[in-house]
Amino acid sequence: MSKTHVTTTVNGDPAEFLVSPRMTLLDALRDELGLTGAKEGCGSGDCGACSVVLDGRLVCSCLVLAAEAEGCRIETIEGMAQGGQLHPLQQKFLEHAALQCGFCTPGLLVASKALLDVNPDPTETEVRYWLAGNLCRCTGYDKIIRAVMDAAAELRQERTAA
Amino acid sequence: MAHVVVGSECWPFTGGASAFEVEGATVREVIASLDARFPGLGAFVDRKMAFAIDGEIHQDAWFSPVGADSEIYLIPKIGGG
Amino acid sequence: MSETLEKPAAPASGLNVVGTRPIRPDGADKVTGRAAYGADFNMPGQLVGKILRSPHAHARIVSIDTSKAKALPGVKAVITGADFPPFLADELIEGGEAASSMRDLAWNVMARAKVLYEGHAVAAVAAISNDIAEEALSRIVVKYETLPHVIDVEAAMAADAPLLHDHIFTAGVETKPDKPSNIAQRHRFARGDLAEGFAAADVIVEGRYTTKATHQGYIEPHACVCAWGEDGRCDVWASSQGAFMVRTYCAKVLGVEISDIRVTPAEIGGGFGGKTTVYLEPVALLLSRTSGFPVKMVMSREEVFRATGPTSGGVILVKLGAKSDGTIVAAEVELKYQAGAFPGSPVGPGAMTALACYDIPNFLITGWDVVTNTPKVAAYRAPGAPISAFGVESAVDELALKLGLDAIAIREKNAVKDGVKAAYGPTYRDIGYLETLAAIKDSDHWKTALKPGQGRGLAVGFWFNVGGESTAAVHLGEDGSAVVVTGSPDIGGSRASMAMMAAEILGLPVERVRPMVADTASIGYSMLTGGSRTTFATGMAVVQAAEKVVAELCARAAKLWDVPVTAVEWRNGQAVCLDAAKDAKPMSLATLAAQSARTGGPISAQVALNAQGAGPGFGVHLCDVEVDAETGAVSVVRYTAAQDVGRAIHPSYVEGQVQGGVAQGVGWALNEEYIFDANGKMENAGFLDYRMPVASDLPMIDAILVEVPNPRHPFGAKGVGEVPIVPPLAAVANAVRGAIGVRMPDLPLSPPKVLAAMDGKAG
Repeated sequence: MSKTHVTTTVNGDPAEFLVSPRMTLLDALRDELGLTGAKEGCGSGDCGACSVVLDGRLVCSCLVLAAEAEGCRIETIEGMAQGGQLHPLQQKFLEHAALQCGFCTPGLLVASKALLDVNPDPTETEVRYWLAGNLCRCTGYDKIIRAVMDAAAELRQERTAA
Repeated sequence: MAHVVVGSECWPFTGGASAFEVEGATVREVIASLDARFPGLGAFVDRKMAFAIDGEIHQDAWFSPVGADSEIYLIPKIGGG
Repeated sequence: MSETLEKPAAPASGLNVVGTRPIRPDGADKVTGRAAYGADFNMPGQLVGKILRSPHAHARIVSIDTSKAKALPGVKAVITGADFPPFLADELIEGGEAASSMRDLAWNVMARAKVLYEGHAVAAVAAISNDIAEEALSRIVVKYETLPHVIDVEAAMAADAPLLHDHIFTAGVETKPDKPSNIAQRHRFARGDLAEGFAAADVIVEGRYTTKATHQGYIEPHACVCAWGEDGRCDVWASSQGAFMVRTYCAKVLGVEISDIRVTPAEIGGGFGGKTTVYLEPVALLLSRTSGFPVKMVMSREEVFRATGPTSGGVILVKLGAKSDGTIVAAEVELKYQAGAFPGSPVGPGAMTALACYDIPNFLITGWDVVTNTPKVAAYRAPGAPISAFGVESAVDELALKLGLDAIAIREKNAVKDGVKAAYGPTYRDIGYLETLAAIKDSDHWKTALKPGQGRGLAVGFWFNVGGESTAAVHLGEDGSAVVVTGSPDIGGSRASMAMMAAEILGLPVERVRPMVADTASIGYSMLTGGSRTTFATGMAVVQAAEKVVAELCARAAKLWDVPVTAVEWRNGQAVCLDAAKDAKPMSLATLAAQSARTGGPISAQVALNAQGAGPGFGVHLCDVEVDAETGAVSVVRYTAAQDVGRAIHPSYVEGQVQGGVAQGVGWALNEEYIFDANGKMENAGFLDYRMPVASDLPMIDAILVEVPNPRHPFGAKGVGEVPIVPPLAAVANAVRGAIGVRMPDLPLSPPKVLAAMDGKAG
């Protein structure tokens, strides 16, 4: 079975790889590009550990065929920190101890950033429902929600200051 | 003499008896004393049971000290998750 | 909000690091996706390993033909149970009971004569790609002779139940049975005179409660990469709660020397007890030996559900007798737990903890360990305790209602305290149960009235916590920084606590202490991370190692000052000369470290210990729910959990343990269960239908940390991780009872069942 050549932009940089028909975008990111930040927790789109942003839209990369990524813009957890500086969301997660084992954390951070990109001032309920697609088994979500709300506040302040 | 209480796990060796006065200044000596009185009980206790000595749990600890008036309960070894 | 309440007499003064909330040292790696978990690692030339699993819940394996699989190009190895060293049922291996459980483990890793649950591993392949490995699996031909299966625990106990094993004769009963059965063991704990106790009671409540099998639900599936070299040396990279446990189990299952295996612990994406055993590693190692290449194996989520241990489903029978003033005078508890395919349910600890919060003069607790055609159960956070607590706390709730007493009052009346004999035997000392009850009584939650339609439930829980073997090493760098090395995989942020405790002793800022989790060849033995033991036992080793380093630093200073070592004291990271005549300025750790070569050599210490005296923990939980009248859906609208934690080394991570345990308990109460079809196949083997709590299901969870120190730990710490999952099942169920006026004794309280209960009451 011959493979398909796929060209994409990942975290702002050009990336290309070969995919077999059944390969998912998650597999391609992890196995072809070595970007192991996105995780497979379920393979069926129910846990969100594989969350990435595809052409500006939050998706479960385990539900996207790798071949579908042709010509697309992909943003993963690896692109969140810039120039050695953690993104405010990442920093707040650490300050609030919003992670324990850390396995769901990349997916949660990508999903949280996608939220704040469309809604910079969410209520607690809005945050909880937006993140309902990201399972966490360790934290009970309390500190995660606090971290996201705190990061949102800081980002709003930065925007006002700028 | 330490006062030792065992539970139902040990009854096959003790014939149903639960409470004894036992010689020993360490856990290992107590195990040996129990085995001398009830052959086979020593190996069983060593493998399967923890020692609660005056309320403090000691598990796999042959040289934990046992006082002259210590109260010892043998309870099944505890794991966790 | 969460808060820490300190007992006034606690030695809190003078602590600089312990009790603060620094950023965890592995934080940057975890929030950037850099941290390497089980499936994130690769070895050059590695193959993909996959397992063929039984489609039947119970069957004899008649034959396995692997020839077509072996012939497929790209397939480098195919193995079955016959390729593993045999563990025969009647073979006496050194270790007695331990040996038989090794046999069970080996037979669980790969089936031998029989398959005992749907999902049981039957064969495995290693191939050059995923697709070829899957194709190879489909070419393995297995002939089965299906057998009747049994899943329900009481059905499995019946005299005519399908028999899983010929060699199980119920242990723990007066006369050894002459026929084998599925009942592996009976546990029994008794005190006083039960009949007399009930005769003296003014009020008696009786109830039958049931729970279903639930899974630990860690988001990271099991994964490993294993290499068996031509020289017989094995390397294992695995996500596990215990690298040394993986080493030992692989050695025993495969019949190799422990010294020939090195296990490197990956970062672990959740365990909760479910990763305290091995499933893939022995298989991957054998595939590696057979093929001559490293083999990587990663479970799918479906495999995790079908083939790794959930905890037991159970039946809990409770009878309580009390005086009209609320004093409980008699209690009878019977527990029946599913063990899965091999003996070893947590019914023992379930029985021991059932009445642990109560001072009752007459009781009888009986526990039955019963094998069933379901995956072999694995430990799940306070194994066994949530199940028995569900029954007992529901019954106490009924008793309180009958007597017109509030939930705290009835528990205060019968509370255990220092000097009281625990139901499982020893006398309690340094416990904080009453303080924890008081914390809830004083809480804003308890004092806030319910809104109409809401229900409130309270429940308490207990867990022993364990100590055990740990090794820790502390090394100083020439610049005065320190490295702390342990063998305890970090599931919940324990690295931070290790660094903090070392920093406290050394007098360094915590940022200058780097904690490492080492492989089995680089640090001495450590028992696995579980049992709420790490902060207690590994922490104890870390503190003692740091103290040895401090002693060595003082010795070096003494040499430099030419004074006896008794004239040197360590204060706030400096050696201070007590001999005024010397007029010597204090020397910092950095100064002494920089001169270490000239004063005697590197400054470094290791401590290996077997920590004893772990202190048990108590939790008191308060839960408010609302029930949707149209759908029966239960919403938890407020939750407060108070717990006796001894001392919170890093309060944020202690709060995190409480909140996480509560969330798992809420899921266990409301939605989670294994659903089997008529053929014994799991119907909901995925996160869509095995419904764990999501962010929108829960409110903020307020954790109140009560500190009654355990004097056996240098900072007073008690284990905290397991207690929080014990009370929530009943806290939620008692709240539902409050909301709808109907007792629901069968978990989970999923919407259709709640709706039916409400309709039943109305109709």
